[in-house]
Amino acid sequence: MIELPPQAPQPMILAEALGADVSCFPTREQYYELVRAFKDDGYELCSDVCAVDYLGHPGRALPDGVIPTRFEVVTNLLSMSKASRVRIRVQAGDVPEVASLFNLYPGVEAMEREAFDLMGVIFTGHPDLTRILMPEEWEGHPLRKDYGVGRVPVQFKEAPGPR
Amino acid sequence: MSEPTVRAASRADILAAETSEGAQELQYRTATPSGELGREVGAVLRLEGHTLDPRDIDVDRPDDETMIINMGPSHPSTHGVLRLMLELDGEFVLRTKPVIGYLHTGMEKTGEELSYVQGATNVTRMDYLSPIINELGFSMAVETLLGLQVPERATWIRMMMSELNRMASHLVWMATNGMDVGSTSMMIYGFRERELILAFFEKTAGLRMNLNYVRPGGVAADLPDGWQDDVTVICDTIEERTYEYDQLLTGQPIFRQRMVGVAPLMAEEALALGATGPLLRSTGVAWDLRRTMPYLAYDQVDFDVIVGTYGDNFDRYAIRLNEIRESVRIVRQCVERMPAGDYRSQDPKVTPPPRARIGESMEALIHHFKLFTEGFHVPAGEVYSAVESPRGELGCYLVSDGGPKPWRLHVRAPSFVNLQAVPLLMRGGSVSDAITVISTVDPIMGEVDR
Repeated sequence: MIELPPQAPQPMILAEALGADVSCFPTREQYYELVRAFKDDGYELCSDVCAVDYLGHPGRALPDGVIPTRFEVVTNLLSMSKASRVRIRVQAGDVPEVASLFNLYPGVEAMEREAFDLMGVIFTGHPDLTRILMPEEWEGHPLRKDYGVGRVPVQFKEAPGPR
Repeated sequence: MSEPTVRAASRADILAAETSEGAQELQYRTATPSGELGREVGAVLRLEGHTLDPRDIDVDRPDDETMIINMGPSHPSTHGVLRLMLELDGEFVLRTKPVIGYLHTGMEKTGEELSYVQGATNVTRMDYLSPIINELGFSMAVETLLGLQVPERATWIRMMMSELNRMASHLVWMATNGMDVGSTSMMIYGFRERELILAFFEKTAGLRMNLNYVRPGGVAADLPDGWQDDVTVICDTIEERTYEYDQLLTGQPIFRQRMVGVAPLMAEEALALGATGPLLRSTGVAWDLRRTMPYLAYDQVDFDVIVGTYGDNFDRYAIRLNEIRESVRIVRQCVERMPAGDYRSQDPKVTPPPRARIGESMEALIHHFKLFTEGFHVPAGEVYSAVESPRGELGCYLVSDGGPKPWRLHVRAPSFVNLQAVPLLMRGGSVSDAITVISTVDPIMGEVDR
């Protein structure tokens, strides 16, 4: 287990993680400050930002003190100098909204747009939060668990259209 | 008769409305906020403490001095369906905005509907030039969640096939890059050499692309009889041919003029943009997951991490050419040191029984039936596993709810992230340089759009 960088917001809940040194569970308010602390501590690269929809999940193992919400935003940071990874899992709320990391890592621009497009997470402070993979006029966010898959649109006269 | 004119005009309005892509499109400067404008010129270093230099984005430049044009999505040099919107000042590129999604088929969503047994068939279609490495990233994530130890021979087979795949992928890159800069012979040579590798894949796995060869628990089939000879011939041929490429391209004056010093990238910029793979190594950062965070048996073989200096097109070319040679070195060591043993785990919950056992053993029949109908259950949890694909860090974030299908399968596609370097690399260059930039960033659209 690594030590938290000194500037990291307190209190911080940590747990061991598969494929990374440690998972951090900041609150939405702590999220940006925590990532900034890691960045100052030598985590040069933000490998990945993605979102997970836990709607209907039978229950995930979270450390004590973390209040699970439907959406979780998962950020994987990589330190090249230490050759270590750290995973940041922020409970993004049932109407997901977290701060954008764009000012820290400009490279998250596309990844956050993807999470917005497919999962509907709002990243506040993102310069151009538009759809990236789906067509512009698409309704809904396909990777959400309540989004119908393989649905055949049936058109009834006078009825509102599909989607 | 004024009516036809009016009708034609209204039709034009409708057409314009129908074809407008809205906010994804590159807008005029006056309609673009400065943060977005900075992104479109590739000003990545405006991190905290830095402010955006107004000269960088030319905020005062009137819109009628420049021209916004569309390159792609079906342009021959965009390597698939990449669409770039360029703002041009004459011949020079000011702003670039990649518009992607034309190949989006919802593969991450599909991955949630496929069992772990079937999952490799899905991920293998993402980066269609390096299917084995995609399967490897997925399989390693599943195995970590299962806590499954893969036999040593399977590990070495995986490593050898990954390196053969890396050679094939870089050879296609050499070919298409040659095509982009006008060397059509390179196009033919690259595909000719790649054919040797694909023929070996076909002999081993039965397919040329999208192999579904690496699976959770091991690999699908053992190496065919006489594989050492096949692989040695491939190594000898390709190594010899790389020196022919040197003669054909490396010192060729026209090629060098298109590549040397064009579209340089700094290490800080590459890191800020999250770029990995040859794009990052060309800037002098010696970061290769095979060396720095070893997986499989990469810590037991001898190879060099190829690093560039200037981060220009030529460095990216040279890195890929030399990585083919390094892969040849690794494959040769695999041939020498390939251990004997099982090519897949013997855990009956994960690996299907041999065909002959099904007719004589009830348990084997049950296991076979369960595996291919329901699939195996994976303990609940989440994992991020990363491998070095020919394009950079290929990550697989997998969430399991304890069932036979992934709860969430997310693939960190290196091309998707690397593509963000395109606006920065293209800024200030000419349109013909833009072609080489797309080429040397090497995006695979199947992986970008997933």
